[in-house]
Amino acid sequence: MEPGDLQALWLTARLAATVTGVLLVLGTPLAWWLARTRHWCKGVVAAVIALPLVLPPAVLGFYLLLAMGPTGPLGHLTQALGFKSLPFTFWGLVVGSSVYSLPFMVQPLQAGFAAVGERPLEVAATLRASPWDTFWSVVVPLSAPAFRNAAILTFAHTVGEFGVVLMIGGNLPGVTRVVSVQLYDHVEALEYGAAHRLSAMLLTFALLVLLAVYHRRARAGERA
Amino acid sequence: MICFGLPFLRRFAVLLCLLWAWPAQAGHIRIAAAADLKFAMDAVLASFHKDHPADVVDVVYGSSGQFQTQIEQGAPYDLFFSADIAFPQALATAGLAASPVRAYAVGRIVLWSASQDASRMTLASLADPAIQRIAIANPKHAPYGRRAEAALRAAGLWQKVEAKLVYGENIAQAAQFVQTGNAQVGIIALSLALSPELASRGRYGTIPESLYPALEQGYILTRQARDNPLAGQFADYIGSPAARDILTRCGFVLPDRPAP
Repeated sequence: MEPGDLQALWLTARLAATVTGVLLVLGTPLAWWLARTRHWCKGVVAAVIALPLVLPPAVLGFYLLLAMGPTGPLGHLTQALGFKSLPFTFWGLVVGSSVYSLPFMVQPLQAGFAAVGERPLEVAATLRASPWDTFWSVVVPLSAPAFRNAAILTFAHTVGEFGVVLMIGGNLPGVTRVVSVQLYDHVEALEYGAAHRLSAMLLTFALLVLLAVYHRRARAGERA
Repeated sequence: MICFGLPFLRRFAVLLCLLWAWPAQAGHIRIAAAADLKFAMDAVLASFHKDHPADVVDVVYGSSGQFQTQIEQGAPYDLFFSADIAFPQALATAGLAASPVRAYAVGRIVLWSASQDASRMTLASLADPAIQRIAIANPKHAPYGRRAEAALRAAGLWQKVEAKLVYGENIAQAAQFVQTGNAQVGIIALSLALSPELASRGRYGTIPESLYPALEQGYILTRQARDNPLAGQFADYIGSPAARDILTRCGFVLPDRPAP
C-alpha cells in the first residue's frame, strides 16, 4: 500500500464521519417533521430529499460547482462570511456529500420515527413529559436501530461517493482526493495492481457494512 | 395471461417493444476520441457526413488512457483517436490494431482565463499571488496534464505554483474549472481555447513549445474495424485536405507540416 492510498483512506474516513455527524444533526429534525406532519408540502420536501437517489451525481456536482463558485449563490454567501470559496476544499466536499447522502439519513429515520407510533407519545404526555424530554427519553431509545442503520448507510454511501467529488474536488492529495478518486487515478494510469488492492478493500468494507445492516435486520425479524 | 391483465405491465411491454424496434442503420462506425478533439472532430464529422449521408458515425469523447483500457477489454470502437500516440502504440503492440499507428496532429498547450486577459500572460504570471487557483489536467494520466507539468518545471515555476494547482480529470474538466470561475487560470489545449464555447468567454496566452515535449497524437483502426469499409473511408478522410484544414483551424499543428 503506497502512502497516497493511506492518505486517501484516512481522508475518506474523516469525510464520511463528518458527513454522518452533520446529517445526524440536520436529518433528525427533518425526519421527525416528515414522520409527524400532515402539511401539504410534505410530499414536495420528501421528493426533494429523495432526488439524489435518482439524479446522476454529475448533475449534482455540476450544479454544486456553479453554486459554490465565486459567482454562484453559495459562493457569494461564503465570501460574504469571509471564507474562501468551497470548491477544491474539504468543507466543499462535506457540503456536496451531505446533499448527496441526505436521503440515506432521512429515510431510515423517518421510517423509524413513524414506527414508534402515537401511543408512547401520548403516554409520555400524560406523565407530563415535555416534547423535548419525550423525544430524548422515549423516541430516541425506541428508534435506536433506525439511528444505527441511518448512520451506517450514510457513512458507507459517503465512502462510495465518486461523481460529486470528481466534479467539485479538483483531485488534491490529502484535501479532496478520496479513496474512490485515488482508485480511479490508479485505473487511469493503468496501475492495475494498486487498483486491485484498493478495490478489494472497498468491496470488503461495503459487504461488511451491508451484512451489519441486513443480518441484524433478519435477526430482529425472527424475534418479532 | 395473468401478468398482461395488469395495465401497467401491458404498457411497459409496449414501451419495451418500441425501444427495441429502432430501425437498423446503413453503414455504422463508432469512434473513441480524446476530449481535446471534441470540437475539431465534430466539425470533421459534419463535413464527412455530407459525403456519406446514409452512414452513421458515433463518437465517444473521453480520456485516452481509459479508451486504451476499454479497447483492451473488447470495447466496440472501430477507430481510436488518442491525445497521445503512446496509447494506440501500446494497443498495436498488443495486436489489437487493424492498421499501423498514424500520427494525425500535434497538440499544443496554452494559458487560458475567463476572468483576466490571458493573452498578456506568460507562465511566469502564474506565480502572481493574485492568482490563487490554477487548473491543469491530472499529470498522472492525462497527456496535456503531463505537458503542463513539464512546461512549469522547465520554466522553473513548479515549486512556486504547485500549491495552487487543482487537477481536472481531463483537459475539458480543467477548462471547466476555469470557465466557472473556480480557478483563475488554466493550462489547457489550444484546441479547447479556440472552441466556440471558450473562445467567446476568454483569451489565451501561448506557451513556448520548447518548454514541453511535443504532444504527438495518433490513431488506429481497431481489430473490430477489419470488416467495416466505412472505418477505412473515415481514416482516409482524416488525411484529406478538407479534414486537415479543419484540424489546423481548430488549433492543431499537422505532423508533417511546419507550424504556422
